[in-house]
Amino acid sequence: MNILVAISNVPDTTTKIQFTDGDTKFNSAGVTFVINPYDEWYALVRALEIKEANIAQKVTIIHVGLADSEATIRKGLALGADDAVRIDAEGPDAFFVGEQIANYAKANGYELIMVGKETINYNGSSVGAIIAGVLDLPFVSLATKLDIEGNKATIEHDIDGGTQIIECELPLVLSAAKGMAEQRIPNMRGIMAARTKPLTVVAASNATPLTSIKSFTLSAGRTTCKMITEDDLDELVNLLHTEAKVI
Amino acid sequence: MILVYTEINKGRVKKASLECLNYASKIAQLIGSSVTALVNNADESQLLEIGKAGATKILSIKNDKLNSDGVYICAAVEQAVKAENAKLIIFAFDITGKAVAPRLSAKLKAGLVAGAVDYPVVNGSTLEVKKNVFSGKATAVYSINSDVKIISLLPNSFPVKLGDNTATVVDFSVDLSTTISKIIIKETKSTDVAGMIPLPEAELVVSAGRGLKGPENWGIVEDLAKVLNATTACSRPVADMHWRPHHEHVGQTGVAIRPNLYIAIGISGAIQHLAGVNGSKTIVVINNDKEAPFFKSADYGVVGDAFTILPKLTEALKKFKANQN
Repeated sequence: MNILVAISNVPDTTTKIQFTDGDTKFNSAGVTFVINPYDEWYALVRALEIKEANIAQKVTIIHVGLADSEATIRKGLALGADDAVRIDAEGPDAFFVGEQIANYAKANGYELIMVGKETINYNGSSVGAIIAGVLDLPFVSLATKLDIEGNKATIEHDIDGGTQIIECELPLVLSAAKGMAEQRIPNMRGIMAARTKPLTVVAASNATPLTSIKSFTLSAGRTTCKMITEDDLDELVNLLHTEAKVI
Repeated sequence: MILVYTEINKGRVKKASLECLNYASKIAQLIGSSVTALVNNADESQLLEIGKAGATKILSIKNDKLNSDGVYICAAVEQAVKAENAKLIIFAFDITGKAVAPRLSAKLKAGLVAGAVDYPVVNGSTLEVKKNVFSGKATAVYSINSDVKIISLLPNSFPVKLGDNTATVVDFSVDLSTTISKIIIKETKSTDVAGMIPLPEAELVVSAGRGLKGPENWGIVEDLAKVLNATTACSRPVADMHWRPHHEHVGQTGVAIRPNLYIAIGISGAIQHLAGVNGSKTIVVINNDKEAPFFKSADYGVVGDAFTILPKLTEALKKFKANQN
């Protein structure tokens, strides 16, 4: 069994977000990029654990992006993935990205496709279900536990107001959430090995994005915090009622 | 025609679905269209409520398969889109909407904006829709360029208003004979607490962190939540240490929430926590460390010991509630 893990290249969580070109583009100057945490900690690490248990033969990383994302892809290889594929395109929207990954997966035979539950830059939670839609595969969202036995996956996942354990025949697509695995730090041997692991660059297949971003606006955030002393909690209640109007 | 996927959960029309119906009804006025709701297993009173929330027509399905796998919901919506010639489809950006709307987007080649926070603006044949990006640090305006368009609406973006409209109810039978589900449900566990609104729908949330020092001290948090009729939540370390159940964890890796009021007690305000709660309309922070970063992201702050402040705040709220009645 081969596993395909889709990763996104995102600004580190602590990045101060800025835009450029008349607020139409993210300003990447001086920004540290990382593997999207949900793709890395939960999807990729669980895929590697499954391979280490000799249940999967190969873990491949796939990313839709330009050459500047290769340092991030190499980090995934350093964690232990066998090889990587970069679809050479900017990835203008979730549909475009999902369709590229689906086409690659179909042509190259993967039984399990894993993504993180969302990306921390565009927060769309869409790519996994789009891949499943293009390929007509089952989709399990918010997986917190995954075990594979033969051709059958047993998955625990979050549902509205609870959790559910399901079984599903492979192939399938899933999105991974907290609980799947613990974060790993690549070791020196992994980092050295990553340099020579195959990273194949593939031209994008024909696909038209269905959406485009017109402009960005920074959120205003909160400017002032009104401090209230602990002897004046009646005033806090009063402010919540008359000023904030939330109680 | 605007189609709204409407969901019944635990005997009620989901609040997020009512918000979608309100939202669609406003868009229908804007572009001169009408709202059709698609719903499965709704009873008389639920159908009535869907009409009051803004649907003029309801496609009523009775098919238990739809409760088992999103592929069936996707097929049902796809058939309704074709039957009604819908050009815009609205989902809630909740667990169902996140699994089904993108699948439908791939099936119909319909552009999707996932997690809209405002009404769309019509620009020629496109719709321009705002959504949160960078985990709430910014918003982006997306243009949907395809003929058929899908929007999923971030829950708690708009308050629910019910009018006196009555919808025409039509039985809608879906053909699921060619739709295959391979998912076999083995076990379902509910994390709902009796009498408490689930976190994603809660308008008032009382949340506590490591500052509470141990799970045995949660009584004062629960007392405060009870007087407000609020839902309890916690920070990541608290869930990781098993002081509180996993489903109470709010933040980037847990549940993202946007209630009207979020009271954070003994939570320092790490950036990952903020990413999951910064959509809250009003934030109150109670912390004994006046340098806690959370105060910079709060509307109201109280510096001091949670063990003395919480009982006092609970009393102050009891007095307020008594005066209101």
